[in-house]
Amino acid sequence: MRHSTRIAVGPVQFRIGSDWRAPIDALDRLYAGYPKDMARPADATVRLFAARPWRRWLRPSVHIGGDFIVPDALPLPLSMGLLAAEMGMNLQVALGWRRHMLLHASAVARDGRAVILSGESGSGKSTLAALLGEGAWRLMGDEFTLIEPVSGDALGFPRAVSLKNAAIAEMAARVDPARLGPLLAGTPKGDIRHLIPRADAIAAMHEPARPALILFPRFGGAAAIEPMAPGEVFVRLTEASTNYVALGEAGFAALARLVRETPAFGISYPDSAAGMALVEQLWAEAVR
Amino acid sequence: MSAVRTLVDLLAGRRDAGDLAPRDWDGVIGAARAEALLATLAHRLADAALPPSVAALFADQRAAAAVARAQALWEAEMARRALAPEGIAFVLLKGTAYAAAGLSCAEGRQIGDLDILVGRHDIGRAEKELIEAGWEWVKPDPYDDAYYREHMHELPPLIHKARDRMIDVHHTILPRTHRVTPDALAMIGDAVVADGGFAVLCPSDMACHCAAHLLADGDLQGGLRNLWDFHCLTRDFAAADAGFWGELDARAALHGLRAPVQRAARLARDLYGAALPPGWKRRESGDGWFVRRLLARDDWGRPTHFALQQAFYIRSHWLRMPPVMLAKHLWTKWRKG
Repeated sequence: MRHSTRIAVGPVQFRIGSDWRAPIDALDRLYAGYPKDMARPADATVRLFAARPWRRWLRPSVHIGGDFIVPDALPLPLSMGLLAAEMGMNLQVALGWRRHMLLHASAVARDGRAVILSGESGSGKSTLAALLGEGAWRLMGDEFTLIEPVSGDALGFPRAVSLKNAAIAEMAARVDPARLGPLLAGTPKGDIRHLIPRADAIAAMHEPARPALILFPRFGGAAAIEPMAPGEVFVRLTEASTNYVALGEAGFAALARLVRETPAFGISYPDSAAGMALVEQLWAEAVR
Repeated sequence: MSAVRTLVDLLAGRRDAGDLAPRDWDGVIGAARAEALLATLAHRLADAALPPSVAALFADQRAAAAVARAQALWEAEMARRALAPEGIAFVLLKGTAYAAAGLSCAEGRQIGDLDILVGRHDIGRAEKELIEAGWEWVKPDPYDDAYYREHMHELPPLIHKARDRMIDVHHTILPRTHRVTPDALAMIGDAVVADGGFAVLCPSDMACHCAAHLLADGDLQGGLRNLWDFHCLTRDFAAADAGFWGELDARAALHGLRAPVQRAARLARDLYGAALPPGWKRRESGDGWFVRRLLARDDWGRPTHFALQQAFYIRSHWLRMPPVMLAKHLWTKWRKG
């Protein structure tokens, strides 16, 4: 392809090709602080392409392709090329990765132990993890948490955090502007702005952490903690995993062990400060 | 050299994996994924010297293929439990059959749907029993449904509502409207029982079906994988039985499949280095087009040679139905958008 770059996030080496320069330049800026090994073969390929040659210039629209595709995915305008790249990278991991059990969950770690935050889009799991990652915690990732089937450890996938809507202003008020990507306004997912994780989180991206706590955050309502029974946790996490079925018995064993060994709670919170306080409180009880 | 060529050379054993530069693997892995051959390559190179990240990726692929194989065989067992109590005999076809029979092409082979062959007289009962056991129709379009029932060699595809797996119930191996009519009854009658208790086609029929699937019933999408199947099947069967190539020729003649079987053998020789017996070694002018079509993939895993792909697409329809019917079919499909 005309333009390309390579990015390593956690255990995955991506090769990203594009018909346009702009998305590649944007990726290179966002991922400039990540370790680069230009000789390492790619595990996953992402392609950003124009469906017809003239659509490179005329109302350019970015189709997302790669090793795995979603057949009827809609293209994005070139101004959202960075979002297209991010979606393409997520797609390859979600559908192609087999070394670990993938949870659609954010995670933070402290002292080698991880808090896993699982929830639907809009639950606040990304924002909560990003905020915690600015404090005493290491941000492991805002999108995927990888569970190593043999050891049961969690591994991070600290891609650039995808901040959405209100979370953008909340984070912008706290971090160095150099760590924020361009504002992508009016995307199908609302306004998006990427946050580059702290350098120490990127440097530690290969360090495993023992799961200590599984939380299911829900943004809105009074602050509340609700213990969750293992059966419900198990079912929720099978739904949050993109490769649980494909991993077969290994996936079942990994998930059963994770649920058996890790206390889990649902938490509701009216604002980020309350959410962070609940995480700290449950953490203190879990590691006591 | 193009990545897809390198992939073929690695499978054929013509090229040593240690000779590849680290970044050559990008294209090889991309092309292998696009051709559904990545886990096959991972098996082929299980003992090769590889860059550490490639070795790790290949180990993932082998493990995933082992799970997929167990799931495919479980699906065959589910079909057996639905059909056997009613006395409906069936023969496994394609990937599940290769896995059930423990054939070398099954190592790392992706298995999509469960394909089974039942006698035409049993097709209605088989459909009823499968639906009672939880499979459901997936073609809600009445035209598609009627088209399958009147003209195809299989029932409209069914998906199991709990396991989300598809079954294709065939009563012969090529569409009824195809220019060639293989002898499905002979195939069922001469089927053999594999170790696990499932019936599979006898060796020569299995190779005939593989060649028909590759060359007589499609536009050669995924052709490199199907040709790899044919290459492994014929190599292993010939190693076990010196008379295999002769039996294959006779059986191909019975089914009207000599041309595709011979072409598959020549392509397996040209791409995977298959050793053919005397009498099979002719060259035909059209073979070059097939090779070009099979290798129509660039280093980013994208299809190339658009016009050639279209030509093979048209060819597949031309083989499958007579011209007037083809015109009607395309007209209906076009109007439906």
